[in-house]
Amino acid sequence: MQDPKLYGHWPYRGRPKVTWPGGKKMAFWVAPNIEFYELHPPKNPHRSPWPRPNPDVVNYAYRDHGNRVGNWRLIEAMEKYSIPGTVSLSVAMCDHFPEMIEQVNGLGWEFFSHGAYNTRYTYGMDKQQERETLQHAIDTVKAATGQRVRGYLAPALTHSVHTIELLAELGFTYSCDLFQDDQPQPLNVPGNPLVSMPYSLEVNDHYAYNVFGQSPQQYTDVLKRQFDTLLEEGGTSGTVMCIPIHAYLVGRSHRMGPFDEILRYAEEHKDDIWITRAGDIADHYLANYYDEAKAHIAAGGGSDDT
Amino acid sequence: MTLDTEFMEYPMRRKGMDHDLYPAANLFEQPKITWPDGKKVALWVTVAAEFFPLTPNQDGFRAAGHMATPFPDYRTFTARDYGNRVAIYRLMDALAHAGVNVTAFANSAPINRTPALIDDIESAGWEIAALGTDMNAVHYGGMDVLAENKQIETCLSAWADRNVTPKGWMSPGRGQSDATLSLLKSAGIEWTADWGNDDMPYVMNDGPIAMPYTDEMEDRKCLTMLGQDENIWSEQIIGAADLLSNEAETYGGRVLHLALTPYIIGQPFRIKFLRDLLSRLMARNDIWSATGSQICSAWQNCADTGD
Repeated sequence: MQDPKLYGHWPYRGRPKVTWPGGKKMAFWVAPNIEFYELHPPKNPHRSPWPRPNPDVVNYAYRDHGNRVGNWRLIEAMEKYSIPGTVSLSVAMCDHFPEMIEQVNGLGWEFFSHGAYNTRYTYGMDKQQERETLQHAIDTVKAATGQRVRGYLAPALTHSVHTIELLAELGFTYSCDLFQDDQPQPLNVPGNPLVSMPYSLEVNDHYAYNVFGQSPQQYTDVLKRQFDTLLEEGGTSGTVMCIPIHAYLVGRSHRMGPFDEILRYAEEHKDDIWITRAGDIADHYLANYYDEAKAHIAAGGGSDDT
Repeated sequence: MTLDTEFMEYPMRRKGMDHDLYPAANLFEQPKITWPDGKKVALWVTVAAEFFPLTPNQDGFRAAGHMATPFPDYRTFTARDYGNRVAIYRLMDALAHAGVNVTAFANSAPINRTPALIDDIESAGWEIAALGTDMNAVHYGGMDVLAENKQIETCLSAWADRNVTPKGWMSPGRGQSDATLSLLKSAGIEWTADWGNDDMPYVMNDGPIAMPYTDEMEDRKCLTMLGQDENIWSEQIIGAADLLSNEAETYGGRVLHLALTPYIIGQPFRIKFLRDLLSRLMARNDIWSATGSQICSAWQNCADTGD
């Protein structure tokens, strides 16, 4: 397979203009990954869950720090600036840490599915198994929070060639799995409309801290530059900025201070940006721009405009 | 493709943890801890005294810092040995000058191989916590329990022969099997540093107390694995001290753990940054410098009385 044909090519220039509610130029959302990694996960034939034999105490404890310590710091900081989270949820957290899920649900945070556990990969599943895990996530979150899950980020970003079409089949409205754009756009799937929602690897705290080795202050500076550029470009057509984070990284005692700064920065710009949740961005896009975008892409995708 | 049904089942899915090693907890709901003199942050400085054999272990996993090239890896072997013969003396001077109380995580192999190293660690007044026999002696899932117990006994009896009774333990590479905690408890160990999942000590169900080892601020992780600048490393630690001190006002005393590795932070071009960092930390009036056992016992006293 050369190209999964998930979406049509659609140059950034010349697209129909998007405007967010209130005439805002940039939609801003924060995606705390609230995850559970298992101490003794079954070994997927295509990917080993841990670098060391189970129990990989060092790596397990590293993630568990988020649920004992980091998430509570993060929740408090986001509350301080009235920024709601859109949670990338290991849905088993509804069973393991129901108090945490209840608390953020009460704060108006949205939940989307990030699989059952972040140690359960899609690799090797047949289509029916993958469909069952998606339905299971919908049912689990509905029972625990009353929310109907609308978005998806595959656990540990492990996909199959069926993932995207299954999302549409099961009534999801957005996918955070694809990284081709700074604006939402229609995905090529049969059935219900499905939007690709900008998430980010480049400004993900995992990349910042564990791949690029940035300091907490450097990460905040990176986020501010990302923010400034996308806000400026949003004057041409509305952009989306997402800050994808993990409490076990950003919620550490040496990082929470500088991270607080970017939340404050967003709050200070609230007149220019739409501080919101991913599901609301998808809804607004579906109601106002999806059909127009789809037609524009089908008609040549703006390639003729330049 | 179809996955085995095992992959679609979640036998340990329930309220709390997916194991019975310790209960789930929220740091911000724990009893308030009061440190001596009402200090807000206990500064726990640890120094690793590691012996990496030239022929590395083949089982389990290889501890960070171990041999990397095909045998014989003279470059790594000698670069690690540098830590135990040169760099650790720079640390001793810097830590003594700043008046810091220290816990050494020391392999037992040097007791006989290089006894002067252990003499000097003791003369420096550092607490000795066990770190297994050498960096080959890892604990890992699936290892034979009798062999594992023997590994622990060999280490502790070597210390006993020297009239040292370590209260603390760190497994080489901080790996554990499912039996490690229980074996360590039976061997009389009071606290361990393998679990880095909290910012405060906590009680294991059947094991020693877990002390809050902080791998994210280790010199090894920041300076060598991530290639950070030394100033960036120091600033992160100061930032952590500030945040923890601030939290302590509401939630009770906190612990700031600083893990030092002589062959890394004791390099001539780096030692200045350690001296500067220690002097900044020790100049603060909110810091209590203490060993692992001092912190653990002060924590236990408060946790027991609900103070």
